[in-house]
Amino acid sequence: MGPLVPFIVSEELSLVIAFFLGIGFGFTLEQAGFSSTKKLVGLFYGYDFTVLRVFFTAGITAMAGVLLMGHYGILDLSIIYVNPTFLNSALLGGAVMGAGFIIGGFCPGTSVCALAVGKMDALAFLVGAFLGVLAFTESFPLVEELYMANNLGQIRISEYFGISNIAFGFMLAGMAIAAFVATWFIENKVNKRETGISATLRNKYALSAAALFVVLGVVAFLPGKEDIINRKIAEAKRQQTCVFKEIAADKLADQIVSKYYTLNVIDVRPTEKFEEFHLPFAINIPFDKLMDRQ
Amino acid sequence: MKIEETNSAKTYMNPYLAGFLLGLVLLATIYITGRGLGASGAIKSAVVATVETVAPQHAQNTAFYKNFDNEHPEGPWKNFLVFEVVGVLVGAFFSGIIANRVSLKLEKGPRVTNLTRVIAASLGGAFFGYGSQLGRGCTSGSALSGMAVLSLGGILTMLAIFGAAYALAFFFRKLWLK
Repeated sequence: MGPLVPFIVSEELSLVIAFFLGIGFGFTLEQAGFSSTKKLVGLFYGYDFTVLRVFFTAGITAMAGVLLMGHYGILDLSIIYVNPTFLNSALLGGAVMGAGFIIGGFCPGTSVCALAVGKMDALAFLVGAFLGVLAFTESFPLVEELYMANNLGQIRISEYFGISNIAFGFMLAGMAIAAFVATWFIENKVNKRETGISATLRNKYALSAAALFVVLGVVAFLPGKEDIINRKIAEAKRQQTCVFKEIAADKLADQIVSKYYTLNVIDVRPTEKFEEFHLPFAINIPFDKLMDRQ
Repeated sequence: MKIEETNSAKTYMNPYLAGFLLGLVLLATIYITGRGLGASGAIKSAVVATVETVAPQHAQNTAFYKNFDNEHPEGPWKNFLVFEVVGVLVGAFFSGIIANRVSLKLEKGPRVTNLTRVIAASLGGAFFGYGSQLGRGCTSGSALSGMAVLSLGGILTMLAIFGAAYALAFFFRKLWLK
């Protein structure tokens, strides 16, 4: 079960993998045209929306993949890194980056790609970025308060709005497709052209969009790993192939209070969860370690 | 607006296909490492390493660098993002070679001089560098990777980046348009 680092893939090996993932990242960015500053800023003047298309498609693809892998228990969504939300610095930092984007014509990743194909303006951008980061690290005490203000923790946008991940996934996918259609018209208008779209290409786009919604639909409506496990447990219980003794919470509480010395409460949740809260006198043995007898 | 290209340069990949491939790379990264891609983090590593080499005394007396060392006991270079960005350089170069796009060039808007472009690029880079530290990641690490895991902060940062760039586009149009 993913993520593979640190238990299946070591930290050392992950550095080698990082290099190869970087190759994939750089290759696709350059293939998409992100090594050209004019193509990048085209987004802001309406003549070229490539950035929006690539960026949104990548985000949606990865998001759908993460949700699908989480649904089938291939990736543990509770331990992957969710960028923490510090409201003030997220918004202000973003705005400063936006200014940097329109003035400099790159963002850090794309400037690296542009430098790789020999763009000298990208080199200037990277030198500037180095100095900008240095200015931050040197002035950190001055901005520390702002940097730490309004910490909401590792919160997902779906949690913030009180909806499920997949519901937000559907919304984001819908927004992306609406944006793709709208920007196509804007681009034609700004460039004063009437580009048609061939029937085969149109069909391919429609199929891809349909595939996206099929994946999201699978996550939303088909039983996931947890559902399947629960169903198996329920089935075993019904057929009595396996004996379960269930106990009501208040009865357990009573027994713990009155004769805790005869009861062993083993908490099989992960250690972090155990440390958050646990029953009195409970012993923590995480589920995956339950079988290795020490 | 015409985009100048030499005759031999290949056209770019279909943007949706490129986006899909990029999404798969990002998904693989999340599956393997539990976190997304990035770029500005590597610049931060370079900055910390430089400060520690050039002014070791200063680095030892400054809380920020001490914290960084505590969080990165293996040193600033032995870092996922550093290796990844080296890969980005190689991958982009490889792509440029097969598409015949590698050449020394200064790309700029039609109305600006080379000097203006270099100054604007450096200034923009400085803004981006500063902002990426304040916002805990740039377009890759915060906005794109944040979107993939539905991070509230990542999506807000994305909106702020593109919102600000749109809001300011009018004032900097002479840098880019005819």
